[in-house]
Amino acid sequence: MLPEFEYHRPASLEEAVRLLSELGPDAKVIAGGTDLVVKMRAGLVSPRHVVDLSRLTEIRFIRDGGDRLKIGAGTTLWEIENSEDVARGVPVLREAVEEMASWHVKTTATIGGNLCNASPAADTAPPLMVHDATLVVVGPEGRREVPIGEFFTGPGQTVLGVGEILVEVVVPKMRQGQGAAFEKLTVREGALSIASAAALVEISGGRFVDARVALGAVAPTPIRALKVERALKGRPATREVLRSASREAKADIKPITDVRGSREYREEMSVVLVRRALERAVERAGGVWA
Amino acid sequence: MRAGGGGIVVRFTLNGREVEVTTRPNATLLDLLRNELKILSVRRGCETGECGMCTVLVDGLPVRSCLMLAPQVDGRSVTTVEGVGDPERLHPVQEAFVEAGAVQCGFCTPAMVLTAKALLDRDPNPDERTVREAILGVLCRCTGYAKIVRAVRLAAERVAGGVRE
Repeated sequence: MLPEFEYHRPASLEEAVRLLSELGPDAKVIAGGTDLVVKMRAGLVSPRHVVDLSRLTEIRFIRDGGDRLKIGAGTTLWEIENSEDVARGVPVLREAVEEMASWHVKTTATIGGNLCNASPAADTAPPLMVHDATLVVVGPEGRREVPIGEFFTGPGQTVLGVGEILVEVVVPKMRQGQGAAFEKLTVREGALSIASAAALVEISGGRFVDARVALGAVAPTPIRALKVERALKGRPATREVLRSASREAKADIKPITDVRGSREYREEMSVVLVRRALERAVERAGGVWA
Repeated sequence: MRAGGGGIVVRFTLNGREVEVTTRPNATLLDLLRNELKILSVRRGCETGECGMCTVLVDGLPVRSCLMLAPQVDGRSVTTVEGVGDPERLHPVQEAFVEAGAVQCGFCTPAMVLTAKALLDRDPNPDERTVREAILGVLCRCTGYAKIVRAVRLAAERVAGGVRE
């Protein structure tokens, strides 16, 4: 048995916000339960109240918004993996989700849960970061938008205040001339990332017009690799430029040693993952090496 | 709705039958099925979402019952291996497991059968890679995966090929 708590199942988002505001920090939100229940069982968290959002259909959707895709926070990873809209508009997110966990976990785990759990190894984060996604948060003060780069504040920590709920992820879709890819290193299929990297590039006239790179599991939060990006932007799209830019990843990250890997291993592998993600992103952007 | 330490009424469909049971809010679906409803085919394994022994189908999709709170199945449809076939009339998946000898100690078998059924319900003709991906979340302690994969593909042939009456 899990530690005791009071269970709440609000019938609407509005009720959920009110409830969470009233209950305060003693309350935890549950969606798929694949992080929270594991933590409760391990004694890492023992909330007095658990608020179940798994029935809120108003935050479970994938909607086409023209040049953007809107994904409800309560959408399961399985729904994302099987969405044609995601496959077309944000293929790098689908690529990351495909490699996450098992079917049995993805049928209940949600994208909102993956982000709010705020693991440095959250695999949905790097793809959303290279897409410059915006997170929509609803709380007692109303609705606000948070760029994904500002959402995570530390391991397990986000900018969400008491009563606030992540409701939607707004993702600008891939454009013509862009290419993106995701790479991750694990001990076996479906396991947690030892390190991961997503890259999105735009190439025009043989040059990197835009380059965005994000990494997971190598810092207290998922992070953008700004030094790598600076070493690419405006430069010719050659393998040499790409290789030397990838080496900048070491200066962008702050990995730790834990059960999954050592700091040194993560440093070396980050360079490799960034390079591989960039190479595949360039190929998908048009495949022309200057 | 809210419920404290006392009890909470959960109504759901279990293997096609309506069930109403009073449980505790901090019971998982696994606790509810094993402790209250005495369905022991749903195994208590790692209880951390790693091994997949506690697999059941909720609305036709495989889930970890050790990670789902019992009140979360209110109004939904749960299938355990008891709802898949019975000793007189085995499901094609079960028959294929018997024929292929895809059972060693038997601990993972209910979870494997349920996962295979859910897979074939959505993809009647999966290739080997698809089968292996589907059962990724169910650990066979005997490591008897080769025969399990063979059994799932045999079942697919039977179902798709219309060999069964």
